[in-house]
Amino acid sequence: MVDHLDIRRGVYADSVSLMQVSRRVADVDGVDGALVAMATELNLELLAGMGFEATDAGPNDLVVAVRAADDDVLQAALAELEAALAASRGGGAAASFGDAPPPRTVRDAAALGGDLALVSVPGEHAYVEALDALRAGLHVMLFSDNVPLDAEIDLKRQAEQRGLLVMGPDAGTAIVSGVGLGFANVVPPGPVGVVAASGTGAQQLTCLLDDAGVGVSHVLGVGGRDLKEEVGGRSTLQALQALDADPATEVVVILSKPPAASVADRVRAAAAECKTPVVMGLLGPGQDDLSAITAEVLGRLGREVPAWRTWGEPVRAGGGDRLVGLFAGGTLCAEALLIAEAALGPVTANVGERADADAAADPTASGHVLVDLGEDEYTRGRPHPMIDQQLRLERIAAEAARDDTAVLLLDVVLGHGAHPDPAGELAPAIADARRTAAAAGRELAVVVSLCGTVGDPQGRDRQAAALAEAGAQVFVSNAAAARAAVACLG
Amino acid sequence: MTDQTDTAPLAALLDGPPRVVAAGVELFETTLRDQGVDVVPVDWRPPVDGLAAELARVAADPRTEEANRVALERVIAAEPHWVGIRTAREAVGIETGQFLHAGPPITWERASGPLRGALIGAMLYEGMAETPEEAQRIGERGELELAPCHHHRAVGPMAGVVSPSMPMFVVENGAFGNVAHCSLNEGLGKVLRYGAYAPEVVERLQWMAQVLGPALGAAVGRLGSLDLRAVISQALQMGDELHNRNRAASALIVREIVPPLLEAGIDPGDLADVVRFVNGNEHFFLNLGMPAAKSAMDPARDLPGSTMVVAMARNGTDFGVQVSGTGDQWFTGPAEVPDGLFLGNYTAEDANPDIGDSTIMETAGVGGFAMAAAPAIVRFVGGQASDALDATRSMYSIALGEHPHYQVPILEFRGTPVGIDVTRIVRTGTLPFVNTGIAGKEAGTGQVGAGLVSPPISAFADAVRALAAAAEAPVG
Repeated sequence: MVDHLDIRRGVYADSVSLMQVSRRVADVDGVDGALVAMATELNLELLAGMGFEATDAGPNDLVVAVRAADDDVLQAALAELEAALAASRGGGAAASFGDAPPPRTVRDAAALGGDLALVSVPGEHAYVEALDALRAGLHVMLFSDNVPLDAEIDLKRQAEQRGLLVMGPDAGTAIVSGVGLGFANVVPPGPVGVVAASGTGAQQLTCLLDDAGVGVSHVLGVGGRDLKEEVGGRSTLQALQALDADPATEVVVILSKPPAASVADRVRAAAAECKTPVVMGLLGPGQDDLSAITAEVLGRLGREVPAWRTWGEPVRAGGGDRLVGLFAGGTLCAEALLIAEAALGPVTANVGERADADAAADPTASGHVLVDLGEDEYTRGRPHPMIDQQLRLERIAAEAARDDTAVLLLDVVLGHGAHPDPAGELAPAIADARRTAAAAGRELAVVVSLCGTVGDPQGRDRQAAALAEAGAQVFVSNAAAARAAVACLG
Repeated sequence: MTDQTDTAPLAALLDGPPRVVAAGVELFETTLRDQGVDVVPVDWRPPVDGLAAELARVAADPRTEEANRVALERVIAAEPHWVGIRTAREAVGIETGQFLHAGPPITWERASGPLRGALIGAMLYEGMAETPEEAQRIGERGELELAPCHHHRAVGPMAGVVSPSMPMFVVENGAFGNVAHCSLNEGLGKVLRYGAYAPEVVERLQWMAQVLGPALGAAVGRLGSLDLRAVISQALQMGDELHNRNRAASALIVREIVPPLLEAGIDPGDLADVVRFVNGNEHFFLNLGMPAAKSAMDPARDLPGSTMVVAMARNGTDFGVQVSGTGDQWFTGPAEVPDGLFLGNYTAEDANPDIGDSTIMETAGVGGFAMAAAPAIVRFVGGQASDALDATRSMYSIALGEHPHYQVPILEFRGTPVGIDVTRIVRTGTLPFVNTGIAGKEAGTGQVGAGLVSPPISAFADAVRALAAAAEAPVG
């Protein structure tokens, strides 16, 4: 027999709780006797009856007495004691007596359980909430834009130390184990893992893969600045490593603008060490477009590259000479710009190297124009155009009324978070625009890049049919749409 | 550039569908629910005063997380014991003409009615003046030296005036060896701490110095020391929150001190007076609870980077806050008039703005923070029992942790929220929930009621600005 006696000064619990604790300790196999109680006179007598003496304990002290068969039993009994004492306080509080007030910070919410925090508060406040998440051991998807660069660097440094991933800032899209975060299309599970510094780029890639019958394992957004020198590709490298270790991932795609030279070296070195094949999908002048990158991924998997789906009949523009592109997706707009400029020469745009937001916003400016309506200047104080199309509908009407507008190029992005029925608004606007032009003796060509999947809540094919019905030619490949738009100019 | 060998593998991110905490755009919470994902939404709001950049600087301070951990650990490790009675002259080292008061520093000119009244009473008690008018003139001529109790290891309820001959409780924090002091509770009604100075007030103070103090000193001397943490723990389970309700704790003290009082050889008449006085005063324990709380908070002071509030105190004019990471600096804002129930014919018109160091109770995780333990007193503000639960539960959002010893039975014995984080006050706009007594605004009136008071948010916002100014940048 082993006797254990300890006195815990100033620890108080009520007698009923302690009787339950005593019972649990006494019920441990091999325990011959146990008393956990406040050292009142009565309890000290009970203790003496058990053959223990605690002369210097008073009624404000907790006394623990255990008689056990051997040391192992005693250790088990003491472990049970701690568990029982812990269980006697806290615990079910959240469930009792009505709802607790809702959590007001990520820290408080994280205490209720979570693996990942999706932070989309205004950028200036995002750092503090994201840091709460990291400190609570949660991964972060940072949808917020306008997050200062030093805040991004610090978050990613801290995440790296903790084995956590920061996706973003300005990460529009992620899919983690089938869960779409932010704007994401519904795609089946599959072999492709994506590391994306571009939200709509990742959406285009996954939608094209889906069109080819290939699903994705995970899409990890890293934010558009991750591969800049200052950030050093931290999230990209972590995501690459994680996907390499993921048994479901057979090929990894890294989607990004061409990285800073030093970062490019490190990413290439890391990719070379991966057991999983890695496709570098670099977006920019002289690089493959997203459709070509998708084809390369399919090639790595030994899959056929299908003819990308299209709906509606080609229309040759009659009258006018301008190409007008109105986009909701930044990367889709940038990709269309590269293709348009290669064919047509300089195009005014608010994306890319020579971005000119003022000229792109001017509805009276001459020449070809491509506008990303998701840029900051359009989203301050108003929802993203993937959610609210009002600005675009107004601009379509204004452009259709001009006698020099020949081709309208639009994108439609479907999926979680996007407008529930974009074609429901766009199709009538397209039909109206074409009627306006026809009334002036022109044939307005409308081309739509439709980024979506059959599984998306809006239904890709239903959307495509409505748009084609209104007279638009619809492409699932954004690059194909841009080429078709250029071709319409004749 | 980082060294890749530092990179830990991603913890379980890709192992299965994540449970998501969502803060910001509500649409994303909805789309997650539509996918059948477990979502915990955050009821996020922008911070007070647009302090985004300041909050980011404080959050980024590499010292903050560890400093707050240490601060909280020290507070909950405290072992406050009542160890004796000493005169203020011995205990806090003040001489004739020097007075301590509640709250942040203040002058006679800016002092409110009850503080002036208490100073007048204390001058009469010390024999510095024969009449209230004479004492008033001494005050006006600036011939008395004023200092906050908090600057002298002391706390004082309401006006908190301490003069050299007053007996004080001595409380020692066994875990750290630091001490804190507080005057003895005079009971309710016309009492010095509420600014009354009538002859019976001064006579009572004299009796307290001559009879009560020595008797209590003898009793605690025979006990050796009295464990206040244990008393507070038990009182919380008996319906006290230890600021506006001290009935159980006071009864527990009577139970502890009567036997040694009986053995101390005190004159039977005095003994009866002492026992009757202590037993008849249901706030007797407050003046032990306050130094217990003060002694628990002081070891958490002066931790660079810590955002923990170490004192909240009011002098009847200003509400002041001290934060661990900013040393002895006070951040002040106007003290508000409490909202509550009034005695007799008194109304809110008669009430003085908030006064007293007793907010040390909330600072240490009891008082308003333990409101759920004392639903009996929510009626002070016309509330319901459920409001008491909500009060405590809402304080977890501004607290660094939970007190393992101070538990609330109705919250399944959850520890009280403890360690107020000033940055979370500013982030959430949630103010500390403070219970308090209400003093009459005219000098000499005394207590007029009790209730709740809202501290001024500006004081906490200023503390965050100062923390931001002192913050270290992260090492990248």
